[in-house]
Amino acid sequence: MSAKTPQTPLLDQLEKGPWPSFVAGLKRLAAAQDKPYAGMMKHLLGQLERSYETKRGYWKGGTVGVIGYGGGVIPRFTELRGKDGKPEFPEAAEFHTLRIMPAPGMHYTTDALRRLCDVWEKHGSGLITLHGQSGDIMFQGCSSRNVQPCFDELNEMGYDLGGAGPAVRTSMSCVGHARCEHSCYDEIRAHTQIINAFVDDIHRPALPYKFKFKFSGCPNDCMNAIQRADMAVIGTWRDDIEIDQREVRQFVALRGRQAVIDNVVTRCPTRSVSLEEDDSLTIDNRNCVRCMHCINVMTKALSPGKDRGVTILLGGKRTLKIGDLFGTVIVPFMKLETDADFARLHELAQNIIGFFAENALEHERTGEMIERIGFANFLEAVGLDPDPSMLLHPRTNPYVRTDGWDEEARKWNARHGAPSAQEDR
Amino acid sequence: MSTPAKPRMPVESGVPDAFQFMHPLLKKNYGQWRWHDRPRPGVLHHVARSGDQVWTVRAGTQRQMDVFSVRTLCDIADRHADGYVRFTIRSNIEFMVAEQAKVPALIAALEAAGFPVGGTGNSVRMISHTQGWLHCDIPGTDASGVVKALMDELHEEFIHERMPNRVGITTSCCEINCGGQGDIAVNIQHTKPPKINHDLVANVCERPAVVARCPVAAIRPAVVNGKPTLEVDERKCICCGACYAPCPPMQINDPEYTKIAIWVGGKHSNARSRPTFHKLVVAGLPNNPPRWPEVADAVKKILRTYQGDARDWERIGEWIERIGWPRFFELTGLPFTSYHFDNWRGGRASLNASTHIRHSAGGGRP
Repeated sequence: MSAKTPQTPLLDQLEKGPWPSFVAGLKRLAAAQDKPYAGMMKHLLGQLERSYETKRGYWKGGTVGVIGYGGGVIPRFTELRGKDGKPEFPEAAEFHTLRIMPAPGMHYTTDALRRLCDVWEKHGSGLITLHGQSGDIMFQGCSSRNVQPCFDELNEMGYDLGGAGPAVRTSMSCVGHARCEHSCYDEIRAHTQIINAFVDDIHRPALPYKFKFKFSGCPNDCMNAIQRADMAVIGTWRDDIEIDQREVRQFVALRGRQAVIDNVVTRCPTRSVSLEEDDSLTIDNRNCVRCMHCINVMTKALSPGKDRGVTILLGGKRTLKIGDLFGTVIVPFMKLETDADFARLHELAQNIIGFFAENALEHERTGEMIERIGFANFLEAVGLDPDPSMLLHPRTNPYVRTDGWDEEARKWNARHGAPSAQEDR
Repeated sequence: MSTPAKPRMPVESGVPDAFQFMHPLLKKNYGQWRWHDRPRPGVLHHVARSGDQVWTVRAGTQRQMDVFSVRTLCDIADRHADGYVRFTIRSNIEFMVAEQAKVPALIAALEAAGFPVGGTGNSVRMISHTQGWLHCDIPGTDASGVVKALMDELHEEFIHERMPNRVGITTSCCEINCGGQGDIAVNIQHTKPPKINHDLVANVCERPAVVARCPVAAIRPAVVNGKPTLEVDERKCICCGACYAPCPPMQINDPEYTKIAIWVGGKHSNARSRPTFHKLVVAGLPNNPPRWPEVADAVKKILRTYQGDARDWERIGEWIERIGWPRFFELTGLPFTSYHFDNWRGGRASLNASTHIRHSAGGGRP
């Protein structure tokens, strides 16, 4: 029995207008009579039109997976059923998603994209989301029966399932080293090495809740890592901003002094930039917070310094359950160049995920766990030293027991050289 | 019967190697880029230390793409670019070419196929969004539809760079806010407690887990008609919908009472100011498919005010930080209500503990 094309007067109104229309795409798939998914997509349109009429969603979850893994497939079964319990749109009654991890930086050859399309036309709906908010290729619309053969074929091509549920999730990294002069570390290496080291925790969800890594090459944080990642790895530098004064003068000549003062000098958050009488720029690098603004504006004249590395922030997440949390600094700076550096990053991630697995409550993200147990306790547990770059200001409230103060001060002095020791020199 | 074949076990390969898919010029100059500029909206020009140059043309997509659209984009990449593409975090597609001369034909081909070229610099970027009615199990609205309708309205701002700074809009179909922080965020806001189907709760829901999920401890075990179930203290309930995912019989979505709210001033970049979360400005807009005109009106009102009043490089949140919230509500004409006060934990930090007030009788500005 071939499905009938449903009437979709509401969805039809999303076919017009200058922006590419997903409805037009759904209809192309539904009209592809020679393809196995045409019936499924007609019924999908039928169910979606119903949602537009009633303002209700009609999908429920369930349990669908592939052999050997515990997650990575998002099961969807229709809830739109008649009084007899039979689905109103049976050909779209199962409409599961396979989350497949793309290459870091989301690079594709056209050949690779076409081959993904071919597999998906054979086993699925022909509808692909490029990409989901977690950074997966979302193959949307697969019957329960076809999930395994579809995954097998994609897996043979070198693709693997992403994360879902209480697991390490698929990651995202910016274009970075591949095409951006602001990039301060090898994002692809970090992304690949960290994610591929945690595939067990991606594929077999056994953590208290999700754990996300995101990799941004500079403080512009194009991956929204501070707001969305449990562990945000963000490129930065320690030494001076590189200045090409010849390019500075050309920029001033082109835009005028007023524009440079209004758009560069006074926009510096720590008032560290000065425009000199001779149209050169001086920067108080000791006081620069590496915000990127002047570099963003004067792309030719200014660049991040040469002593590059990363800042690591922990605990970012959205609303559920205690409200939004930003990630906060746990490592102000570390180099990320040598094999040993990358091994250190991996070890830190392992310590944190291990502590999270042991100590977080069910459905609690890292940021919430830290708020519950206290930041200082968390640092001690994962073996990180306290640093004033981790806070905006020290505590304002005196309700704290400080009888360990001398010992903590001794540790700080041991790490930084006691004032008396410095005077001796 | 023959013995069943041994099942195929997955090759746990993780992410694929990125370099096999990377444009040769990008691979050659990996980590060696020197500077960039933007010759026109939608086009980036990067120069490497080696002197190599690459032009990138960025185009918007519908994100939820049919294979025919994907193949059309591949055809364009094969004919006009070098057969390599990449995607941005906001579902734009990027084509890289080694010669500037190839750019105009590439742009023409994309536009002819209906893919707008833009989304760079100080433009309104493609809206980052979620699944909605098309695929989510708890959606209050259809993100794809809201986005399509809004981007139709904002198309001109995507293909031009005439905002004070970039504008990242996000949409989310529930208060979990998978769409993320935005300069402008269009998010579902439920306004009534869940309607509970007491016949189903005991069979469908793991009740202690649902009780634990509630952010305000408003859910407790109960017995209704002799059946174990859950009940909600409606005086405490904040209508967040957190119980709905683990317990579908606690239906939170409602054709009338599921509303749309607009938030402004989120920013993920560290440029100038530290990252910020978006703040509530409008609530109670109707969830009005298929084109959500009330949402588009409110978003455009905020955008136009920002465009007219902000200084160069101010993001929406930074602009409001400078002019103050009273002026924001005055300029946009949006009503200020008691709902704008935050009564969540830490909310006191958002109150004005000073005499710093911009009085409206304060006369003219320079």
